[in-house]
Amino acid sequence: MGNVLTIARKEFRTLFASPIAYIVTGFWALAFGWFFYVMLHFFLQRSQGMPGMGPQTVNINQDMIRYVLTNSSVVILFLLPAITMGTYAEEKRSGTIELLLTSPVTDLQIILGKFLGVLALYATMLLVTVLYVALLFWFGDPEWKPIVIGYLGLLLLGGVFLSVGLFISSLTKNQIVAAVATFVTFLMLWVIDWMATDSSGTTGSVLRYLSLTGHFDDFSKGVLDTKHLIYYLSFISLGLFLTAKSVDTERWRG
Amino acid sequence: MIEVQHLTKRYGRVTAVDDVSFRVEKGEILGFLGPNGAGKTTTMRILTGYIPATEGKAVVAGYDVFEKPIDAKRRTGYLPETPPLYPEMTVRQYLNFVARLKGIPGAQRNARVGEIMEKTRVTDMASRHCSKLSKGYRQRVGLAQALIHNPDVLILDEPTAGLDPKQIIDTRQLIRSLAGDHTIILSTHILPEVSQTCQRVVIINRGRVVAIDTPENLTARLRGSETMYVQLDAGNVDPKGVLEQVPGVLRVALADQRESIVGFEVESERGSDIRRDLARTVVGKGWGLLELRPMRMSLEEIFLHLTTEEREEDSGAAGPPRADEESEAANEPAGASRTDGEVLGG
Repeated sequence: MGNVLTIARKEFRTLFASPIAYIVTGFWALAFGWFFYVMLHFFLQRSQGMPGMGPQTVNINQDMIRYVLTNSSVVILFLLPAITMGTYAEEKRSGTIELLLTSPVTDLQIILGKFLGVLALYATMLLVTVLYVALLFWFGDPEWKPIVIGYLGLLLLGGVFLSVGLFISSLTKNQIVAAVATFVTFLMLWVIDWMATDSSGTTGSVLRYLSLTGHFDDFSKGVLDTKHLIYYLSFISLGLFLTAKSVDTERWRG
Repeated sequence: MIEVQHLTKRYGRVTAVDDVSFRVEKGEILGFLGPNGAGKTTTMRILTGYIPATEGKAVVAGYDVFEKPIDAKRRTGYLPETPPLYPEMTVRQYLNFVARLKGIPGAQRNARVGEIMEKTRVTDMASRHCSKLSKGYRQRVGLAQALIHNPDVLILDEPTAGLDPKQIIDTRQLIRSLAGDHTIILSTHILPEVSQTCQRVVIINRGRVVAIDTPENLTARLRGSETMYVQLDAGNVDPKGVLEQVPGVLRVALADQRESIVGFEVESERGSDIRRDLARTVVGKGWGLLELRPMRMSLEEIFLHLTTEEREEDSGAAGPPRADEESEAANEPAGASRTDGEVLGG
């Protein structure tokens, strides 16, 4: 465990030593803030009543926070490739991977360390947005449990992206190639959701089951379903497993 | 301390290392000499557990590197060809990270980092970023990284490559001072380097071990002698003494033995062809002469190769930076002579 944390710490610091962490966090805070503002605006309009209709009963959790989380889940799709692109590719390019692989740590410890490192940055990003949500608690009275579950969903969804990004980074020496390939892969995983909504029958249900964003829906509503939890956790494990295989293959090919 | 048996590494159809075997005793410095692409780096990478071998066995500090990689790695320090530095870390941060990685407990870590910086003389660069270090300092920090956990075994891949003459002398001195406490393998393609630093040399070419001996013996053997291989059946008698009596023979070494059939490597003075005398002696004794041939002169060819490369290296040090050092080329005016300790881009 000590080794995992050593590598996680190093990974986290490396991200903050370059502008990437700041740019990504900054843009994320901006995007989240925008969605927050827009959704809050709609919410207020609705609660005051549409022209011609009386005031409606609205719920801040279901009619505002939920949409903020769903929208911002799309933003991470664009941002996370920048976090994972260098994890392996840069170490391979500069030769520092030789240090890691000849140190008394296992491949699994290195992979988990790197994953935790990038996950820590992502968690920091999420933490920044808690400030916005805190405003709601100051002026209103939302339920906190659905919000926590929504954030958990966001963390898991990002975890999937990060584990896949880690795998793709382990395939190349070039960070840019890693970033582009990761982004395209994310996009495809996202597009599955559109296909799922357009198809029916077995195809539709299979696609719906595979869709990353589809599984986020319940989380955004504040519903914690083990089905989705297991889906995300197994997807993360798959990404890490593929990374382990990739590192091992690389070793044999030399 | 290090035992390598029949190590082979194949990449597809290419054989990078072919049936290499050797031993290194505790406290010894072993030089790995060979032209570029001979398989030195591959062998070292196998010993450090970076890549697995296709066949064979390697035991480092008592642990098989394939079966007990973690135990072996804990006792090995490795300096790859390019020092594995993280550009965004300062020297102190970097060494601290490596110390953690190598499992040095927190209480000792700072002291150990300070100690090793003193030893490799990088203390004055402690808070400089690794990306801003000169080639000489990079190499030293690389060495510090390999030494930080006080490993039993040190594996250094071309530790003096790309350094200026004064830095080379300093580095060799440092390496010599480390022997005794550490068992060291260092690779080089420069002939004088081994004679100045190493107690024993493995000459490797095209993945095969060509010779293992002390630098003195190797040089003597090459400079002033020719070697003949003779295989004979002498029954129960030991023919070694008789062969040594043949005029012109300098040294007789047993090469192989199968029951009464023995093979010898017979060295003679250069220029004197002892084949006739040798054959006459053997036949005169009534022994069966099974084989008599000059040994392939591959050793000499390699030495020729190595010595020419040394000359290129020397002229290269004064000339413009080589193409494979683009990072330096950007910072350093062509042909600039650097003194030890000067820092690039600072």
